[in-house]
Amino acid sequence: MHESTPCWNREIEFMAPDQLRALQSDRLREVVKLVYEKVPYYRQKLDDAGVRPQDIKSIEDIGRLPFTTKEDLRETYPFGLFAVPMEEIVRIHASSGTTGKSTVVGYTKHDVETWAEVMARTLAAGGTHRGDLLQNSYGYGLFTGGLGAHYGAERIGTSVIPTSGGQTKRQVQILQDFGTTVLCCTPSYALVIGEVGREMGVNFADLPLRVGFFGAEPWSPTMRQEIESSLHAHALDIYGLSEIIGPGVSFECLEKSGLHINEDHFYPEIIDPETGEPVPESQPGELVFTTLTKEALPLLRYRTRDISHVIAEPCGCGRTIRRMRRVTGRTDDMLIIRGVNVFPSQIEEVLMGIEETTPNYVLVVDRKPRGMDELEVQVEVSEKTFSDEMSRLEVLSERIQSEIESTLGLRVSVRLVEPKSLARSMGKAKRVIDRRDLGT
Amino acid sequence: MTAIQISVFLENKSGRLSEVTHALAEAGVNVRALSLAETIDYGVLRLIVDRPGEAKEALNGAGFTVTETEVIAVEMPDRPGGLAGIVDLLTQRELNIEYLYAFVGQRGENAIVIFRIDDVSAAISALQEGGARILSADELSAI
Repeated sequence: MHESTPCWNREIEFMAPDQLRALQSDRLREVVKLVYEKVPYYRQKLDDAGVRPQDIKSIEDIGRLPFTTKEDLRETYPFGLFAVPMEEIVRIHASSGTTGKSTVVGYTKHDVETWAEVMARTLAAGGTHRGDLLQNSYGYGLFTGGLGAHYGAERIGTSVIPTSGGQTKRQVQILQDFGTTVLCCTPSYALVIGEVGREMGVNFADLPLRVGFFGAEPWSPTMRQEIESSLHAHALDIYGLSEIIGPGVSFECLEKSGLHINEDHFYPEIIDPETGEPVPESQPGELVFTTLTKEALPLLRYRTRDISHVIAEPCGCGRTIRRMRRVTGRTDDMLIIRGVNVFPSQIEEVLMGIEETTPNYVLVVDRKPRGMDELEVQVEVSEKTFSDEMSRLEVLSERIQSEIESTLGLRVSVRLVEPKSLARSMGKAKRVIDRRDLGT
Repeated sequence: MTAIQISVFLENKSGRLSEVTHALAEAGVNVRALSLAETIDYGVLRLIVDRPGEAKEALNGAGFTVTETEVIAVEMPDRPGGLAGIVDLLTQRELNIEYLYAFVGQRGENAIVIFRIDDVSAAISALQEGGARILSADELSAI
């Protein structure tokens, strides 16, 4: 049955559900014991919750464990939640945090191998195999996208072309000349590659490109159709977050109907973000993950703030590991722009630093047709910042732009607007206008 | 020896200039001269009015960002070379002109140039020593 389904780890991905639950139960017991013994912060948290490791007997007991949030990571910044001594850490990644401090994550050698395994499953599910040429246009660096996809591709044995992001004409040239068969990048960058390629006279229908793995950014079914018709290749969604491991937490198969969760490593729950209680099966809520096998940074019930739901029905591909619906929103105000996490509070801090008061501002996110996500920061001009000289106003907007870029690592456009022109709602001002069609 | 210019921040969207002019009209403020500088997104409207204080109050009341700017109003002969002579007085002292605009007075013989210069006092002495006539705020209001 389903012998033809491309797959990396048949034993796990097609495991009988009872057997999988037993495996998860064993691993949960171990991880709870691990954090209780090795992470003082978790020992305190568990003690406060009145839970002892021996109380956790099976995966059914997971609801007794306390949640972990981004706040916890911030309080223990940078390495306070690591469960192993530094000698065991072979890699550190970081993503931008809410108030200037990044979220720092560490990996042991074994964690890096786990990551390669789950990314190999991800890539193999789209038919990636030895002999493929995989162009990896995710950014290499502190961002987990580049190295995550790289190690997964090497695990399979594909020929990896580590182009990283940017220099789109060169990307297209390589795609064409090398005969790339697999592409990894953000969905909006996939559209840019398609657009630039056509401007260069490339006919994608003639290229051997077969499949792309697009993540690090929310996207919609409409966008999938656009990418597929633009690049003449399958467009598959991948999901992950650095706190859990990076890309490879869940992945789409060629059925393209939900993302299979690597739940032997990352146990999913869907909760009501208000009450913290589990929601009925197949209902949307906040996605929560417990890492079952991580060594360096094991996390119990980590609240992702991403909204999704678990699909319990079996998938047409035959995999038994459950699926989650693509992420359709956030429970907080975080924006993901070109793979960069942006909190309005970060922008606010930059503006405060410049004006010494909190100016009124609105963030407008837009996705140009066939283009990248753009963030426009609209800032109200106050009597203090206003000048009758145009050059000073331009200096002001350039300064805002460059300080945001150096803080977030993201280029934004800045528009100065008249006071009170930005919509005020009762109480808290509406800070974010998201014009992207995310098809929620 | 300086005059007060009212500077208004304006977004480039329809109807904003009209709102400025209506706010001034309702306050009974008379506009003597104006100049508009603009970028794609916004502009700065610079106004010389008969009663700057009232103008600022009225515009603030209408929700505009307004500042008062010290400028120098110089009378110059309304004939070819008139402006060149005045500008030379400033450039000879290496004074940087941020911007300027001109208008013709009611009597029609002389024109009036509004200068925005960072070093106001140096500019005033350069102009006076060169024999240019600087209008006081009262004279400007009375035009």
